[in-house]
Amino acid sequence: MTLLRRRMSSRSRNDLIASILTVIVLTMGAIVIMIPFFWMITTSLKRAGDVYISPPQWIPAEPQFVNYMTAITRLNFGVHASNTFMIVVLVMIGTLFSASFAAYGFARLNAPGRDFIFMILLGTLMLPWAVTMVPTYLMFNAMGWVNTFLPLIVPAFFGNAFYVFLMRQFYITIPRELEESAMIDGATIYQIWWYIMLPLSGPVLATIAVFTFVATYNDFFTPLIYLNDESKRTIAVALTYFQGSPRIGPQMHLLMAAVSMSIVPPIILFILAQRYFVRGIAMTGIKG
Amino acid sequence: MASLRVASASAKRNWRQRRETIDAYVFMSPVIIGLLVFTIGPIIVSLFLSFTKYNLLSDPKWVGIDNYTKMYGEDLFWKSLSVSAIYSVVSVPVGLVVALFLAMLLNRKMRGVYFFRSIYYLPTVISGVGVAMLWRWIFNGQYGVLNTLLRTVGIKGPNWLLDENYALAALIITSIWGVGGTMLIFLAGLQGIPSELLEAAEIDGAGRWAQFRYITLPMISHVTFFNLVLGIIGALQVFTDAFVITNGGPNNATLFIAVYLYRHAFMYLNFGYAAALAWVLFLIVMMLTLMVFRSSPLWVFYERDRQGRP
Repeated sequence: MTLLRRRMSSRSRNDLIASILTVIVLTMGAIVIMIPFFWMITTSLKRAGDVYISPPQWIPAEPQFVNYMTAITRLNFGVHASNTFMIVVLVMIGTLFSASFAAYGFARLNAPGRDFIFMILLGTLMLPWAVTMVPTYLMFNAMGWVNTFLPLIVPAFFGNAFYVFLMRQFYITIPRELEESAMIDGATIYQIWWYIMLPLSGPVLATIAVFTFVATYNDFFTPLIYLNDESKRTIAVALTYFQGSPRIGPQMHLLMAAVSMSIVPPIILFILAQRYFVRGIAMTGIKG
Repeated sequence: MASLRVASASAKRNWRQRRETIDAYVFMSPVIIGLLVFTIGPIIVSLFLSFTKYNLLSDPKWVGIDNYTKMYGEDLFWKSLSVSAIYSVVSVPVGLVVALFLAMLLNRKMRGVYFFRSIYYLPTVISGVGVAMLWRWIFNGQYGVLNTLLRTVGIKGPNWLLDENYALAALIITSIWGVGGTMLIFLAGLQGIPSELLEAAEIDGAGRWAQFRYITLPMISHVTFFNLVLGIIGALQVFTDAFVITNGGPNNATLFIAVYLYRHAFMYLNFGYAAALAWVLFLIVMMLTLMVFRSSPLWVFYERDRQGRP
């Protein structure tokens, strides 16, 4: 009895030490993660003359919030932000529609060739984007779509393999009874999808929506190759031009102000919709 | 009378089956069109283009395997291959180890654990051009925060992005910073380990290391497998960081395959050569993925292999 108690207490002491060590290591890691952000914000608030000095000021003597206004006007931030959000919203609509619609066919309706198509779809997950990039570019170029938003938006309406997969996995967990009773009441299969399946799919749709938002918002390559006019650029592409442009030169404080603003939307989304990010990750991971 | 009824019933069944097939294809149509127009079609065209010379101005001209032989003799091609290889060989395993280590730490029941999870995942959400620009500034040899911090501990940091010996290392560091996604996948795997297993091992006197080595690692091996495949595929296609942070330099020290390909396609308009490069990249990715899949029976343990479970 005493032996057991001694063992228990030594075990709980070990646990306490392990917990303390864990917190210390995790805190150090968190600091490493946050230093770049701290550096970004402190640079963005400096006067031009205070940026290139060594050792640096960790906290700017007089925070220059005006840098943010200057960056917004010099970068035409409003134009690039509205381009970005227009693209992001339309891509989200396209992705949500195509994934939820197509997945219903794969999950519930029998047809010859269905599983074969699904296999091919999953196979494309491993396809490097580089393979399809050149012909796709040439196709959009021949259609006269280069330097419009269409090459960025239209493909979203034709299904993304990963999201179709997620939706299908979700649909097959829904009991069939609901659909069967709706069928007896005379509903068409399309009504069933729209009135029964979609309302039940809220969490998966939200997961797909947040991932689509982040991926499209951060996408650099597609807008880089398709959008030429300055007035059409997204925030991501505009930032790279801002970097070397004569209008800003090496003005790191303005660039960092622009970068700070550019990461605000995904951070807000992350704070509001954290559980959907975690859920999406868990869904990918566990299925292996 | 009876046979008539049977006949009409089977006709009805046939009709219903056909109806279902039609509906299935209507539902799948976005995916089918997408696959044909944006995937399969381009794959075939890309293979065709890889045997041609094409610069948008004139029609594609058939040149046989010229693009591939030219690639073979091109120093920059081998350079780009070695850059991508070194990057993958270092960043993927290190990333996996760091991600698993963090996931193990975060897989405890304690206060603040959700807060830490969010912090570590944050870089994944904002990975983009903005952060790449931020890294440029962090790695600045003279005024950057990294060398400033190194100086406080008495190390004179290199001029990271302008020194061809360190530029690739800098990009690897940025990739480790964004390890949060992999970490969360590991965490999901760790949470799937039945706690009875670890408790039973502890009662049998297994130490922490033995528990990790003989229970945790095998039980999450399918997650490791998933992360490894995704990691390899991702690492071989890195573009944004290499393009924005170093633009392939200095002296091509960070000329990733994707950057090399981009230059040929969109700067020199060598679409044929770019397509050939893309195909070589495709074959490399396929071969590596296949190798990982082939090796998996040796080290990946699936739940369904276990006796007594469905």
